[in-house]
Amino acid sequence: MNGDGNLVIHNLSKEFVNSQKVIQVLQDINLSINQGEFISIVGGSGCGKTTLLRIIAGLETNYQGTVTLSGKPLNGCGLDRGVVFQEHRLLPWRTVKDNIAFALNNVAPQERERIIQEHIDLVGLTGFEHAYPHQLSGGMAQRVALARALVNRPQILLLDEPFGALDALTRIQMQQEILRIWEIEKNTMILVTHDIDEAIYLGDRVVVMSSRPGTIKKILRVNLPRPRDRSNVEFAYLRREIYREFFASKDEDLVYAI
Amino acid sequence: MYRKLRLWQIGTDLKKTFLYFSLALVLLFVWQVLGIIGWLNPVIIPSLPTVFRSFGEYFSSGELLRHIGVSMIRVLEGFGLAASLGVMLGLAIGLSRTLDRMTDLLIQILKPIPPIAWIPLAIIWFGIGEASKIFIIFIGAFYPILISVVDGIRRIDPKLIELAKILEVPRRRFIKDLVLPGILPPVMTGLRVGLGIAWMCVVAAELIAASEGVGYLIMDARQLSQPDVVIVGMFTIGVIGKLMDSFLRWLSKRVLVWNVTYQGE
Ligand SMILES: Nc1ncnc2c1ncn2[C@@H]1O[C@H](COP(=O)(O)OP(=O)(O)O)[C@@H](O)[C@H]1O
Ligand SMILES: [Mg+2]
Repeated sequence: MNGDGNLVIHNLSKEFVNSQKVIQVLQDINLSINQGEFISIVGGSGCGKTTLLRIIAGLETNYQGTVTLSGKPLNGCGLDRGVVFQEHRLLPWRTVKDNIAFALNNVAPQERERIIQEHIDLVGLTGFEHAYPHQLSGGMAQRVALARALVNRPQILLLDEPFGALDALTRIQMQQEILRIWEIEKNTMILVTHDIDEAIYLGDRVVVMSSRPGTIKKILRVNLPRPRDRSNVEFAYLRREIYREFFASKDEDLVYAI
Repeated sequence: MYRKLRLWQIGTDLKKTFLYFSLALVLLFVWQVLGIIGWLNPVIIPSLPTVFRSFGEYFSSGELLRHIGVSMIRVLEGFGLAASLGVMLGLAIGLSRTLDRMTDLLIQILKPIPPIAWIPLAIIWFGIGEASKIFIIFIGAFYPILISVVDGIRRIDPKLIELAKILEVPRRRFIKDLVLPGILPPVMTGLRVGLGIAWMCVVAAELIAASEGVGYLIMDARQLSQPDVVIVGMFTIGVIGKLMDSFLRWLSKRVLVWNVTYQGE
């Protein structure tokens, strides 16, 4: 790893042109993320969370403003940034082991075996090395995706609602896993979620986004020791704060929605 | 209880096998009955025993097998050529937008021309030897294979392509590990269709200009007014076509263990 590893987003705006209509998706995003920090981003559906992650990942290159990593502007994708998508995106024709191997370039065979096994163990899939994706549950598939994103030891791991499709119990289990992995890997985590509890449970800071155009409404610091207790008073207070961001100002909208 | 279950199992297997052959058996039965009651004009439709007798003669003399062998070799040559060129060109077109744009018009115009319409030119170009027949088979089998490859590439999940980009998978590995396995299911179907057409084309080509092969056997028998031999030839074509398709189906099942497909109800 070179540089300080800090990610700085400055005056970032992004628009899409959809059949001659211009949609302002992100507007004036300013955010500095320190190396090793765990950032949660919450926001309603369609507020531009995925777009923001895709810009950081290097998949979207056409935007206004600057995004720098260790002081250098982003230039496309890079193995210093790993991504776990909402869908697992496993290759259906490859086993768990080979799906993880898909992420490794130019690694000597023995080293390769070791790295893969290490990461299978890390995400708790020991014994499932030779299973095909269609034989896995949603949670297991997402674990494989996590291992695949980690094998190149990225400085930053981008997680786009990775547990959104999982049942409540599996989701809580996965949140604990992510914390454990983060404590081992000590990388930067940027987690997008629409689950407010998840955001508070995991993040050092919670970034709250508004919709259309997507802006940063508020950034809350979570000063609670880990592992966090979801019934803690401070936890409940933060939860209420974030809820208010979505619903207090949108009382009218809510009435219409109902 | 256990025994009962097994008997029931055998029962359903029998039922399935019976179902599979039932329609063909009914047809043979009707044919036979019509022959016995004398409703068939043997010059137009021979009776079932006559056809069986001819089949027995041609089979035991080895003549049928010789014709089958000749046709089979032609198919394998023409189909092999179509498969290798179709897959290679399909990959090149599928992976290059420029090449796709460049070749699209020509392919769209050449594709609808039936292989049979190529026979006159093929004879002018290659004479009536092996080359013209292989050319016709090639023309017939080439397009479905080519199109299955190009279409297969267009249908690869863009999310997986994005994943390869994120992981900075190099071009060679991108093709070997993502594109090739990704297009395998549609390409296996394309190969099956291509092989079926290849088999049809060999017969068509042999009907017109040949001195051996199953198509020649049929044409020769027509000229000698032997409808029983014509039917033997036709039946042989059908059975071999089915066997080749079964083989490719079995092969794609083996190759595509990861592919979970809907089997119908
Ligand atoms: N490639 C695209 N072209 C046009 N519009 C897009 C594209 N990607 C996203 N959008 C639009 O941008 C907005 C934000 O999308 P997204 O970032 O996926 O939101 P979120 O992840 O917060 O739900 C949506 O209104 C969506 O329709
Ligand atoms: Mg999204």
